[in-house]
Amino acid sequence: MADLVLTASVLKETKIQIENTLIKAGVNTVLLIDEAGNIVVACGHKINNMDTTSLAALAAANFGAASQIAKLIGEDDFALLFHKGKKGSIHVARIGTDLILVTIFGDNVSLGLIRLRVAQLARTIGKAFGQK
Amino acid sequence: MALINLSKREIHCKIVYYGPGRCGKTTNLLYIYNAMNNKARGKMLTIETKGERTLFFDLLPLNLGKINGFDIRIQLYTVPGQTIYKATRKLVLKGVDGLVFVADYLKVRHEKNIESLQDLHRNLLEHNLTLEEIPIILQFNKCDLVPTPIPTLTEEELETDLNRELKTKIFEAAATKGIGVFETLKEISKRTVHYVATKHLLT
Ligand SMILES: Nc1nc2c(ncn2[C@@H]2O[C@H](COP(=O)(O)OP(=O)(O)OP(=O)(O)O)[C@@H](O)[C@H]2O)c(=O)[nH]1
Ligand SMILES: [Mg+2]
Repeated sequence: MADLVLTASVLKETKIQIENTLIKAGVNTVLLIDEAGNIVVACGHKINNMDTTSLAALAAANFGAASQIAKLIGEDDFALLFHKGKKGSIHVARIGTDLILVTIFGDNVSLGLIRLRVAQLARTIGKAFGQK
Repeated sequence: MALINLSKREIHCKIVYYGPGRCGKTTNLLYIYNAMNNKARGKMLTIETKGERTLFFDLLPLNLGKINGFDIRIQLYTVPGQTIYKATRKLVLKGVDGLVFVADYLKVRHEKNIESLQDLHRNLLEHNLTLEEIPIILQFNKCDLVPTPIPTLTEEELETDLNRELKTKIFEAAATKGIGVFETLKEISKRTVHYVATKHLLT
């Protein structure tokens, strides 16, 4: 796994993409993280009142564990990881080879829309990061 | 996998404390957490079983200040040492930039120390990493037990078992009392940051 070197322009571009596709659609919080659990980009007005460091570490670990479980049952990977709560839900998806997108949203947004928008983002963000 | 944010001038590194079950990995992090002030450390996250054994990992984020104009952020992780959690240990090693191998002075852990180091070698290989590349140091923990009637290993025995090939720096420690804990942390942080910085020509 290669180290990530982030330039201001890639970060800015990615942030704009996330704002336009997910935050404007009503999503609360979006974290783009790497497989080691580092935060690459955090978006949404709630991020300052949230323990994003723990969230990123747990989401990366949870996603990694799910991938290993997939292999044990003969799958390559699970297409999505989704936890549904009473008010809030969380959607976790792979972006390119070594990034993970964590999307937290309320019952005002449908899972279908999230899946569609995340798939869209996977392509544009993948491009911005040079899709290693 | 270090993360270098050129826009905020931050370097994020991951340091993993590895070693057999009950050797004192979590105790190291707890001591650091309690001894550091709020500004320099984040929340400590632990995922453990009811019996206080680590189930997935512990995480302690630290802010080590500036080096060469870069803010140094370190994430300290521990693995679950119990043999059955091999798959979990491999996950925690993902993206590791530096390692502390914590060995146990207790005589009964003689075999477990050696097995754990072999397990580390294998898990790193599965991530295409080797100990020639990733910085590692050794900590011989529970040295407070040496003068007691409890059967312990000697420093020479631990060295022969664990440092014959590694030939790395060793720190004696008693993590419960904090002896050697910060010495270990300082050395591995220095080596890890140096390793990441030279790899990216930041020095
Ligand atoms: N005497 C003595 N006991 C210690 C020392 N360090 C840790 N212990 C004790 O050893 C036990 C296990 O310590 P932990 O830190 O939980 O061990 P661990 O390596 O995290 O174990 P796992 O999570 O199972 O991998 C605890 O009861 C500690 O109090 C030490 O320096 N001296
Ligand atoms: Mg532990």
